[in-house]
Amino acid sequence: MRRLFMLASLAFLAACSSQPPAPEQAGAGVEDRSPRDLGSVSPVGRDGLYSPDRLKDPKSVLYKREVFFDLDSYTIRDEFKPLLEAHAKFLQANAKYKMLIQGNTDERGSREYNLALGQKRAEAVRKALQLLGAREDQLEAVSVGKEKPRCGEASEECWAQNRRADILYSGEF
Amino acid sequence: MNMQMRTSFRSLSALLALSAGLAHAQLSVEIIGAGANRIPVAVADFPGERIISQALTSVIRNDLDRSGLFRMVDAGSNAIPENAAIAWGDWRSRGADALAVGQVLPTADGRFETRFRLHDIQKQAQLGGTALLHSSSQLRSTGHRIADFIYEKLTGEPGVFSTRIAYVVKSVGRFELQVADADGGNAQAAFASSEPIISPSWAPDGNRIAYVSFQTKKPVVYVHDLAAGRRHVAANFKGSNSAPAWSPDGRRLALVLTKDGGSQLYLVNADGSGVTRLASSAGIDTEPNFSPDGQYIYFTSDRGGSPQIYRIPATGGDVKRVTFEGSYNTSPRLSPDGKSMAYISRNSGRFQLALMDLASKQTQILTDSSKDESPSFAPNGRMILYATEIGGRGVLAAVSSDGRVKLKLPAIGGGDVREPSWGPFAK
Repeated sequence: MRRLFMLASLAFLAACSSQPPAPEQAGAGVEDRSPRDLGSVSPVGRDGLYSPDRLKDPKSVLYKREVFFDLDSYTIRDEFKPLLEAHAKFLQANAKYKMLIQGNTDERGSREYNLALGQKRAEAVRKALQLLGAREDQLEAVSVGKEKPRCGEASEECWAQNRRADILYSGEF
Repeated sequence: MNMQMRTSFRSLSALLALSAGLAHAQLSVEIIGAGANRIPVAVADFPGERIISQALTSVIRNDLDRSGLFRMVDAGSNAIPENAAIAWGDWRSRGADALAVGQVLPTADGRFETRFRLHDIQKQAQLGGTALLHSSSQLRSTGHRIADFIYEKLTGEPGVFSTRIAYVVKSVGRFELQVADADGGNAQAAFASSEPIISPSWAPDGNRIAYVSFQTKKPVVYVHDLAAGRRHVAANFKGSNSAPAWSPDGRRLALVLTKDGGSQLYLVNADGSGVTRLASSAGIDTEPNFSPDGQYIYFTSDRGGSPQIYRIPATGGDVKRVTFEGSYNTSPRLSPDGKSMAYISRNSGRFQLALMDLASKQTQILTDSSKDESPSFAPNGRMILYATEIGGRGVLAAVSSDGRVKLKLPAIGGGDVREPSWGPFAK
C-alpha cells in the first residue's frame, strides 16, 4: 500500500514537471515558489521540512493554503500538485494533526447550489490528499459556498479569486 | 448533553444577550406596481385610537394598501364611532365600496378593547365586525388582525398581515437572523453571529426556524425555538450540513449532507435523530422542498449535466425531472395549494424569479431583476417574497403570483437583507 502511494506521488510529480505553466493564473497568493527539493521522496518528517512550525513559516510551501479552480471546474490544476504533495507529507509526518478544507465559489446563482459546488472543490482537494497518503480521519471537506467571498466585485478577475479551496489546520478552525 | 453542546449553548445565550440591546435594521415597504382592479376601501379614524404614537388605523391602511389589492379612499380627519349611522350616499360619492369604522376603549384592567365594523357601501349592509382585547404594545398586531378581517371579507381569501417573516441581515462582520411582522415592522434578532447564516425555514407551527450557521467554520443545521430563545443541532455530521426544509407535519426535515461523499438528500427528525438517505446520485442534489401534501420532495440536481429541478416521492423512489427549459433552474418552492412552483431561472446571465404551473408546465418570469434568490410564498399563496439586489445592495422584494403587484422592502439604515422565509398563518 505504502509503495503504491509513493509510486502515485512520483507519477504525480513527474506529470507536474512535464507540464507547461497553467495558462490561467488566478489572482493573488499563488505565485510559485515551491522549493525544488520537494521532488524527493525521502522519508517524511526527518529533515524538519514538515515540522509543525513550518505551517507558519512564510518560506515554507506549507504556508500556502489556497487551491484555485477554473470556472465550473472541480479538478485540481497541475500547478497546485506540489502544494498538495507537501501538505499530504505534513499530515503523514504529524499524525495527530487534522485539516479542514473549505470550498468556495463565486457569487453567481443560488446560495445552496453554490454551497454544493464549493463542496465539490473541497472534496477534490480531500481526495488528492488521501491519494497522496493523508489519512481519511485527518481530513474534513466542507463548503462555505459564496458566503465568504474574498473579493466582492462583479468581475471575472474577482470571481477567479473566489473559486478556491482553503486549507486550515487544527487550531485554525 | 456533551461538553461541546453545552459550550455552544453558553455562547449562544451570550450572543442573544448581546443582540437584545441593539437597534435592528428596519424594513421599509415601497409599492412599485399594483393590481389592475383594486377595491376602493375607506378606513375612518377610530375614536380613542392614539394610545401610542402610531395610530391603529395607519397600520390597517398601510397593510391594505401594500397588498396591492385595495385602493385607499381618503376618509377625512373626523373619527367615526363604531356604532355611528353611516352616510351611505356620502361614501358612495367618495367612491368607496367598503368602509371600516371602529373605536378603541380603555378597560378597567388597563388594557384596551377595540371594536370595529366593516360596511358594504353598495349594498348598504354590514359585512361583519369584531372586538379585540389588547394591551398598548399589541396595537400593531391588533391592526394587522383587523386588516386580515377586511382582506378576507372583501377578497374571499385569508389575509397574511398577521404572519411573520424571517430573513438574514448582513452588516460589517455581523450576520443576524431577524424575525419581523409581514410588513417588516417590529423586527427582532433571533440569532446573531460573526459567521454567515443561510437558508432559514419556518416550521409549520410558526414557533421554530431551521437554518444553517457557519459559526464553527462549517455549515451546521440548527432548529431554533423562537419563544424559548433556544436552539438545538439538527445535523452536524462530518462535511457540510445544509438546506433544511420542513415536512408539512413539522416532524421531519429534508436536508443535504455530505457525510457519505457529495451533496445528497437525507431526511432527519426535527430533534436530529433518525437520519435516513432519501436519494442517491453521482452529482449534486440539493435545495429540497416538500409539496404541501407531503407526498413529494422537489429539489435541485445537476445529474443531467446542468442544475435542474426534479422531484422524488417523500418515501424515496423514482425521480422525475420537472424543468427542461434553459441551463440553470434552482431553488424550487411549492405554492401552498401545491399547484405551482416558484424557482430561480437563469436567462441570458440574469437570475430571475419564475413561476411554473405544474399541471400545464407553463412558466412565467415574474421579475425584471437579475440577481433574484430564495423565493418564499406567503401562506395564502398570493405573494412571493424573494431576495434580490438593487444598486449593489441586497434587498427583499415581493411580487404577486400573477406578476402584477410588486413591492420592495429595503432595510432602513443599511445592511444587506437576504434569505427571506415567510412564516405560516398565525395560530
